[in-house]
Amino acid sequence: MLRIIVCVKQAIDVTQIRADPTTRHLITLDAPRKISDFDKNALEEAIRLKEKTGSEVIVLTVTSEDAKMVLREALAMGADKACLVRDLSFENSDTLATSYVLAEAIRKLGDFHLILCGEASVDSYSAQVGPRLAERLNIPQITYARKLGLEGDTITVERTLEDRYETVKAKTPALVTVTGEINEPRIPSLMAIMKASKKEIITWNAGDLKIPKEKVGENGSAIHVTEVLAPKVERKKVSIKGESVAEVAEELAKALIKEGVIGR
Amino acid sequence: MKEMSQHGEVWVFSESRDLMLELLGKGGELAQKLQTKLAAVLLGRGVEKGAKEFMGYGAHKVYVVDNPMLENWSSEPCVSALTYLVRQYRPEIFLFGSTRRGKEFASRLATRLETGCVPDCTHLSIDGNGRLLMGRVVYGGNAVATQLCRVNPQIATVPPRVFEKPAYKGREGEVIEVETKLEEPRTEVVEVKEIEAPKVKIEEAKVVVAGGRGLEKKEDFKILEELAETLGGQVAYTRPLCEDRKWFTDWVGLSGHKIKPALYIGCGISGVIQHVAGIRDSKIIVAINKDPEAPIFEIADYKIVGDLYEIIPALTTALKKLLKTS
Repeated sequence: MLRIIVCVKQAIDVTQIRADPTTRHLITLDAPRKISDFDKNALEEAIRLKEKTGSEVIVLTVTSEDAKMVLREALAMGADKACLVRDLSFENSDTLATSYVLAEAIRKLGDFHLILCGEASVDSYSAQVGPRLAERLNIPQITYARKLGLEGDTITVERTLEDRYETVKAKTPALVTVTGEINEPRIPSLMAIMKASKKEIITWNAGDLKIPKEKVGENGSAIHVTEVLAPKVERKKVSIKGESVAEVAEELAKALIKEGVIGR
Repeated sequence: MKEMSQHGEVWVFSESRDLMLELLGKGGELAQKLQTKLAAVLLGRGVEKGAKEFMGYGAHKVYVVDNPMLENWSSEPCVSALTYLVRQYRPEIFLFGSTRRGKEFASRLATRLETGCVPDCTHLSIDGNGRLLMGRVVYGGNAVATQLCRVNPQIATVPPRVFEKPAYKGREGEVIEVETKLEEPRTEVVEVKEIEAPKVKIEEAKVVVAGGRGLEKKEDFKILEELAETLGGQVAYTRPLCEDRKWFTDWVGLSGHKIKPALYIGCGISGVIQHVAGIRDSKIIVAINKDPEAPIFEIADYKIVGDLYEIIPALTTALKKLLKTS
């Protein structure tokens, strides 16, 4: 049977992040978590392939946090099995370290035909984990897929680049990262949510995968984040008011001409 | 006598010529700070002309791998060429253009070399210890993160139009032709469809009039177009108009086009962080919205609370009148 592994990230919901107005530090600790948007597209695509070909879909996440809720949602969408690789030592891992853990987990999961990832995560948006994972597993990789087909041991992908669509073929096992264009992820039914509670979540920690401490977290990361600050806002914030619409419009027009920002 | 630098070279690579020139500008600055050499990497076939141009724009050296296998930018041959070059000549900093291909190459190279890569940098400088400080937008535009890479080479990717193209210096330099065995591609391109480029790049417009969900119908953009035309500018759209309503295909925002015009006028746009992150560097921001609580007012220079269907045509009329007399 075909086996598809979908890598998902439990990401911070960036629409609900706040910053401390005086220090400009972000308050991320209590911000809600969710499956990163494009990872959901990857999962949806895997489930569609499963519906066509009868494959097995395993959803995999690597985190230092509790991510069971997010995996339950993935199972409700239609994944057969989930794998949670969780260890406190993974905190502050960069993409070098994260891709290492993902690769080790995938090796332990065994044979696969296809790995699907989102093109990038919504919170850090680095677009690196997919290519890095393909590199570590030494398999072909196709990024930014907007269409995906699988026939025998050949995948055909239409990918979006800046100025062109490329149709690309590769032999499985392969890794594909998908864009938001590829599909509309389903919303699981109540029935599916109830059924998902009975599905298996494999839970491993660093020890189960024999991952040494110096390969993960701050120690295993090449990148060190020195500062994360909300951008400074320095705007004039002038309200333009007036007796009539014409008056307001004229006020604004005069102000813009004075600013010297009008194109002609 | 000039002291010999302790630092390895600064390298730049992009498959896009424009980006390459922008990287040469910034890379030159960094190299000067470190008192080291700036080098361009050139992959492909018949690349001599490019080498000359890159030296003209400031490269002391150009490393050339002239091989037809590199011509269509397949990942494996390109990454194997880059890996060989880095292992052989050990640059300290390596900047890539943030195209989709560029980011992929940089990620794969960084993995082979067990180093870090900071994508989409908008700030690059050298800190007190001679390390590269890399700033990038994170959390959907809510913050800027500053990062350091502990390992060499320090790899960063840089989006288009973040840094200025340098002046042509007409300098000459050294061309180093490198031959190495390349890995065979493991993907095969079977078809290419060009995406029709918009006539005017929104990033290049001096004035941008953007419309959001406050516009009821696609046809209503006519009033925004008239205003844009009066101002010698372009019309732009928000993501919901493209993704949800499917009226247009290209939006302005963190996940779309990032713009920094002299004047941005946001009409019927609430100002979610996704959009704001794409317009934040505009010189003057004007916001017109019915809702006085709309977050866009927090980042505006000029704020008008009111009906865009009344204000925009009145503004066009007022501008026409004033521009005629002035």
